[in-house]
Amino acid sequence: MFETALTLSDLAFLAKGAGVTLAVTAVSVLFGTLLGVVFGTTRTLLNAWTAAPMTFILDVLRSVPLLIQLVLANAFQSIAGLGWQPFTVACVVLSLYTASYCSEIVRGGIEAVPAVTRRAARSLGMTWAQDMTHIVFPMALRVSLPSWIGLTLGVMKDSALVLWIGLIELLRSSQILVTRLQEPLFILIVVGAIYFMLSFPIARLGGQLEKRWREND
Amino acid sequence: MIEITGVHKSFGTLKVLRGVDLTVSPGEVVSVIGGSGSGKSTLLTCINGLEPIEAGVIRVDGTEVHASSTNLNLLRRKIGIVFQQFNAFPHLTVLENVTLAPRKVLGMARAEAEDIAVRQLTHVGLADKLRVFPSRLSGGQQQRMAIARALAMSPKYMLFDEVTSALDPQLVGEVLDTLHMLAGEGMTMICVTHEMRFARDVSKRVAFFKDGLIHEIGSPAQIFDNPIHPETAAFLNTAR
Repeated sequence: MFETALTLSDLAFLAKGAGVTLAVTAVSVLFGTLLGVVFGTTRTLLNAWTAAPMTFILDVLRSVPLLIQLVLANAFQSIAGLGWQPFTVACVVLSLYTASYCSEIVRGGIEAVPAVTRRAARSLGMTWAQDMTHIVFPMALRVSLPSWIGLTLGVMKDSALVLWIGLIELLRSSQILVTRLQEPLFILIVVGAIYFMLSFPIARLGGQLEKRWREND
Repeated sequence: MIEITGVHKSFGTLKVLRGVDLTVSPGEVVSVIGGSGSGKSTLLTCINGLEPIEAGVIRVDGTEVHASSTNLNLLRRKIGIVFQQFNAFPHLTVLENVTLAPRKVLGMARAEAEDIAVRQLTHVGLADKLRVFPSRLSGGQQQRMAIARALAMSPKYMLFDEVTSALDPQLVGEVLDTLHMLAGEGMTMICVTHEMRFARDVSKRVAFFKDGLIHEIGSPAQIFDNPIHPETAAFLNTAR
């Protein structure tokens, strides 16, 4: 018979960690996506030279390991005397990290809209803004959604790295329990299941939207 | 009235238009024929300001299209254009494709825009396809939808850019019938086309385009039966 020392209050402790993971992910994906739309759209309006500074910064954010970004950001905000909470540091770093990936997704989506379709919209008297709002963004959204869902799920898992700057999220909570209960395998299975339960609805939502849109195509 | 005088246009080093002159009066149907790459289609996109020009003047009802003071979005309301590719908005239903511009550009209420859209879609024979997405339509139906979409803005002029070239042969007829109908209703039209029968039947004048210039322009009878220029005759021989 299987026995465990894991109690209901331990599960509640894990749930609290899961709450932090969700909060960090939600804030980061929200701001990261908004910034990503702004950067990605701007990128399509500029040529390679004028976009170079922005592209460079986004490239750095995408290539430097997230862990290093977190530790450095945390150290520098401390040196600069900003006095940010770990949660704030985590959200700022993860938002920029998300934005760097999202801007490429948005750019790809916008560039996938055929020039002739945009030309048809403009020829009907639509302004640039109306073309973007009613034609380009809705069409780009359909192209970008699968990648964006992937990014969101990735950010949720990557958010585990914020434990290094002292935030007690889901993975850190599980480590605390492992240290106390000495049941690493069982606890990791439980935590894995929790991650899955957080991710699954997002993945399904994406699948549903894709299916609905495909029916129109 | 559309007045085109001495229009020059190039893409990079390629000279596409080399001094085109053409005047189209209200109610007139002008067909533009000529070989591929002769600049016919480019001329149409210059008329509604989708392409800039290097020299010359294009005036639509007296408004200079390429003047910096011209509000192109305003001007385009009265110049409908239908392209070779159908250019449906794939994320919108047929009805929404047609109501979008009247609602957003003209600020029409949804009900009013839908009335107009239903009327135009019925006109082109798509009354039973209102709630369908464009991907469910045949090429000919998509092209007729594009025509209805342009007509819903109540344009004064319609430009048709090889609208049957991307269609399967058996679908060409239904689109040409729609153009015939429009011409019969007195719409002012410029049709860039490879359909010689259509050009002969529907046009008041036919312009033969070659090397970025109108080589010859005249009545269908003149162009098709008694062309003055040997080039016109040579082209028509290969096109038949």
